[in-house]
Amino acid sequence: MSAHAINAPTNRQKWVAGTLVIVYALVTMIPLAWIMLTGFKSPADAISYPPKVVFEPTLEGYVNLFTTRTRQTQEFLDANPPENWADEIVRQYDMVIVGPSKFGERFLNSVIIGFGSTFLSVFLGTLAAYAFSRFKIPLADDLLFFILSTRMMPPIAVAIPIFLMYRNLGLSDTHLGMILLYTAVNISLAVWLLKGFIDEIPREYEEAALIDGYTRFQAFYKVVLPQAATGIASTAIFCLIFAWNEYAFAVLLTTANAQTAPPFIPTIIGIGGLDWPAIAAGVTIFLLPVMIFTILLRKHLLRGITFGAVRK
Amino acid sequence: MAEVQLSNVSKAFGKTSAIVDMDLSVPDGAFVVLLGPTGAGKTTTLRLIAGLEKPDTGEIKIGGDVVNGLTPAQRDVAMVFQQYSLYPHLTVRDNLAFPLRSPILRTPEDVITQKVQEVAEVLHIPHKLDNKATELSGGEMQRVSIGRALVRDPQVYLMDEPLSSLDAKLRADLRVELKRIHAELAATLLYVTHDQIEAMTMASHVGVLDEGRLVQFGSPREIYENPKTAYVAARLGQPRINLLPVGLLDDAAPTGAIHVGLRPENIRQGDGKDATVTRVEHLGDQTRLHLKLGEFDVITLTDPHSSLNPGETIRIAAHNPIFFDAEGNRVT
Repeated sequence: MSAHAINAPTNRQKWVAGTLVIVYALVTMIPLAWIMLTGFKSPADAISYPPKVVFEPTLEGYVNLFTTRTRQTQEFLDANPPENWADEIVRQYDMVIVGPSKFGERFLNSVIIGFGSTFLSVFLGTLAAYAFSRFKIPLADDLLFFILSTRMMPPIAVAIPIFLMYRNLGLSDTHLGMILLYTAVNISLAVWLLKGFIDEIPREYEEAALIDGYTRFQAFYKVVLPQAATGIASTAIFCLIFAWNEYAFAVLLTTANAQTAPPFIPTIIGIGGLDWPAIAAGVTIFLLPVMIFTILLRKHLLRGITFGAVRK
Repeated sequence: MAEVQLSNVSKAFGKTSAIVDMDLSVPDGAFVVLLGPTGAGKTTTLRLIAGLEKPDTGEIKIGGDVVNGLTPAQRDVAMVFQQYSLYPHLTVRDNLAFPLRSPILRTPEDVITQKVQEVAEVLHIPHKLDNKATELSGGEMQRVSIGRALVRDPQVYLMDEPLSSLDAKLRADLRVELKRIHAELAATLLYVTHDQIEAMTMASHVGVLDEGRLVQFGSPREIYENPKTAYVAARLGQPRINLLPVGLLDDAAPTGAIHVGLRPENIRQGDGKDATVTRVEHLGDQTRLHLKLGEFDVITLTDPHSSLNPGETIRIAAHNPIFFDAEGNRVT
């Protein structure tokens, strides 16, 4: 016989909890599912009323997302038979593919800027948090408050000074500029979150490592980092979600070179009417990296959200 | 192995003095037990020697060399902590191998395997080597933690209440084991404990600390039989020494003596003054008698099969009393 806690949930409680979780999951997942489905619809199906749940799937949205097309005369179309399946899809509107769209580039920019700033925030945040947690720093509390104070207003409130500063420094519309900007916004979150995690790691571990023949940096690397992995992972998720979804600064500071996906996706609307399937396809692809990243690190995330409350 | 010397060492944390002008000389190969209540500076002494704290003043020497400016790694000491001593993300094997793999030792892997196996056998944990450190019981963790000190061959071993979290049987086993290891390695060992049996059975020397000062340093017997102060006398002995006003048990007290210290075993029964039995504790191998002598409580030992009951009156007299003056210093 195994031990049985007196406060273990009854079957009825489990049933109620299960139902609530399922209902909540449905509520949050239906919009996502709808976007993903819309990506595979034809433009007509996408705006049909009543909405179609069952439809004939097509890759039209994805083709439109990744290509630029021009309308051609019937003679031209007759003289040049379609080269591939994508070509065939656009022929039904008397169009031909003339080249790739900017989406791939913008998506890559998002990856570089999102992951770059996440890495930098977490890297600097971990070092700073370790220092705040372990060393006697003059005015440590004031410094921590100062770091937090950067979050006390909406970042966009300083948009104009940043815009002017970036123009003078030549950081406008550069990857580096966007990485630095998102890092600056995320670093306070990273320092505060990670300090909480590192505070929880007993100093004795490092002291034992120091005595076992390691330098402080080696002790940090070999003993503190592995134990802070949970905190680092959840901090990284929060930083990535912010940098990945950021819209206002991206619109303001980037145009061609370093434009990320969020300001680009709405511009698809302008190309040949309201192309909902292409937008939905763009959003679907845009969601994937954060989704995969979060799923990979999900076991850390729960502890990240409840940090400080749960003992290992 | 090496001797350890502290000269005039002081250490304060903010306004609190942890160690005051400590002079301590630990001979090569000695097993020194530091005794004292919480806050007396025992752990701070170990941490100063280990290099985890820097002294405010004074000099620390290990093996004749001044180590004040050296990092813990450079000092070549091993330390067993009271708790949180294992790296939770590593297996037992990797925990034991951790000091051997340090950049200072750089031991070859085959030597590591062999040493880890040897130490695991001494501590009866070879079957746990591939477990995660977090999957061990408290006793096993502490054994691994002692093992991590033993795999090395440091100048000095420092142990901060290493057995305090273990159950009684394991504690007794490890006490014997540590004593044997000490004899075999001829290691210099500094050991902090609250436990009198550990102090009496393992130590070659005992140092008694009071508020950061080293009050007395000597063999366990010397500390027990010839304490310099009433404070030292109270640190060793279970039950504690009885401290009574002079004259109560009609002693021939030297001048200046205010208090008389009587070990429980030094109270003779059968003659002398009347005392009332208030409580009888049968411990199996001994029986403790709690007595009321006038307004004072006195504890003594009696025959294990004693049939005394609370309320009865017996006669007691002093034997080998120790006298102290008003400040608690010994008077002879």
